[in-house]
Amino acid sequence: MRVAASKDCLREANVAEPLLQVENLSKRFGGIVASDNITLSVNKSELHAIIGPNGAGKTTLISQLTGELTPNAGRVHFAGEDITAMPPWRRSLQGLARSFQITSVFHDLTVLDNVALAVQAHAGHSFQFWKNSRKDPSIREPARAALAHVGLTGREDTVVSRMSHGEHRQLEIAMALATKPRMLLLDEPMAGMGPDESARLVKLLKELKNEYTILLIEHDMEAVFALADRISVLVYGRVIASGLPDDIRKDAEVRRAYLGDEKRHV
Amino acid sequence: MTSHVTLRNIVVAALLIMLALMPLYGAWIGNNFVLILFTRIVILAIAAVSLNLIMGYGGMVSFGHAAYLGIGGYVVGILAYEGVPSGFVQWPVALIVSGLFALLIGALSLRTRGVYFIMITLAFAQMLYYVAVSLSRYGADDGLTIYRRSQFAGLVNLSDKVVFYYLCLALLLLVILFVWRVVNSRFGMVIRGAKSNERRMRAIGFPTFRYRLACFTISGVICGLAGALLANHTEFVSPADMHWTRSGDLIIMVVLGGMGSLFGPVIGAVAFLLLEEGLSRLTEYWQIIFGPLLLAIVLYARGGIEGLLAGGKRG
Repeated sequence: MRVAASKDCLREANVAEPLLQVENLSKRFGGIVASDNITLSVNKSELHAIIGPNGAGKTTLISQLTGELTPNAGRVHFAGEDITAMPPWRRSLQGLARSFQITSVFHDLTVLDNVALAVQAHAGHSFQFWKNSRKDPSIREPARAALAHVGLTGREDTVVSRMSHGEHRQLEIAMALATKPRMLLLDEPMAGMGPDESARLVKLLKELKNEYTILLIEHDMEAVFALADRISVLVYGRVIASGLPDDIRKDAEVRRAYLGDEKRHV
Repeated sequence: MTSHVTLRNIVVAALLIMLALMPLYGAWIGNNFVLILFTRIVILAIAAVSLNLIMGYGGMVSFGHAAYLGIGGYVVGILAYEGVPSGFVQWPVALIVSGLFALLIGALSLRTRGVYFIMITLAFAQMLYYVAVSLSRYGADDGLTIYRRSQFAGLVNLSDKVVFYYLCLALLLLVILFVWRVVNSRFGMVIRGAKSNERRMRAIGFPTFRYRLACFTISGVICGLAGALLANHTEFVSPADMHWTRSGDLIIMVVLGGMGSLFGPVIGAVAFLLLEEGLSRLTEYWQIIFGPLLLAIVLYARGGIEGLLAGGKRG
């Protein structure tokens, strides 16, 4: 099943309705090639995981998908539309939501305010100067629902800077959900979590998997093999393998490049 | 906005009552000076409130905010000089021109961040300062005397010092009401979010630039209003109105009073101008006392005077 970057892969994906399609994406930082001719696709309702050692260019790839970085070459299609040159905020409005590896939230606002902003971003323009947005049920209610979804009910009025790391991770996901996305890009959602918190998050992701198309970047191999429908392996910016979890587990090159180092996790 | 009786709220209420009764006090001691000083305080408080909107709530530290004081003032002065004394013309034009300049300056400077933003806003203000210096028809660096205050067809007589004071105070309260509504509206939440984490704002779907630019422009318009009032108050405009030290004074007022709080800038304007007045009577070198005082406030009370009164909760 070594089909990475082959035309067969694309053709196969087309049949299965790809929601996100990445073609020949390349990104260089000076002499360093962070993304080397990456081609991959994520089908509707699929959970596609990207694994790879540190420095493989996983976050660089996600940043190009969200528009924070512009690729040197290649194209990104989302829901049939070429979004390669689209700014991040417009991609979000198109339904592409991202959670950050390093928690990126509004630390001086409350939990509910954080999620409410995400709802507000998708509730028309915000050139409304007079009505108190904190008393607007059309924003607050969906925000509460998103918090309930990730299990943060009861924490609405807490100022974010006073929450635990695990709760920050949950908040990250709640904010992504609040944008009513068509697809979630989750950048190491379990980074820095304890085993209990990780287990809870895996449970949550299993639920989300039924509702959303997900591209998951994750270091936790146990979680990846438990969740993923398909896995792509990224090493030095190159997709060295892409396929079903069982095939990836068996792939010799993958073992050598990556999994071998972390046998204890598999 | 707490509705409880707290030290901060008592002080704010006392301050507002004091401002409302100031003309009576002036009449009682039979001295015009107090009224003139406090008219100036109220006008600069409007400017400080406008700066606080972008600096305190939006994180945009404009080091050229006095430019709009000058623009508002020069519009009034130039129109008066050219035979257009009507306030119905002067004031709207002052607001529009201030807004247009803020839109232009904001459109260019909001592409930068941090120190660069500060330096670019400063550079624009200094450019306008030198433009004013070169306006030989309008007094150049000597400034331009305004012989008649804005005329409002007998509706209000700005030459009546008490009437003018209350007009300024009413406008200050209106501006505070407006800012209060704005910072809690959807627009205000976008501005605060962009201050807190602009990258995340874009990631969740906000084109932040246009909201920040709108906020910057609104702030410029409000400051332009303060400029029009100031020109009427002093019956004089000069390039000194937009000198960078004036912009610095406005920043100090906001920081001293409390950034990102509604009444902080008012407290700051009162404290700054009263200290300036009081200390300069003590000694010619009043800044030697004022400087360390300011340092102490910045170092030990990060929320300014307002933060001290609120018990440092805002940290």
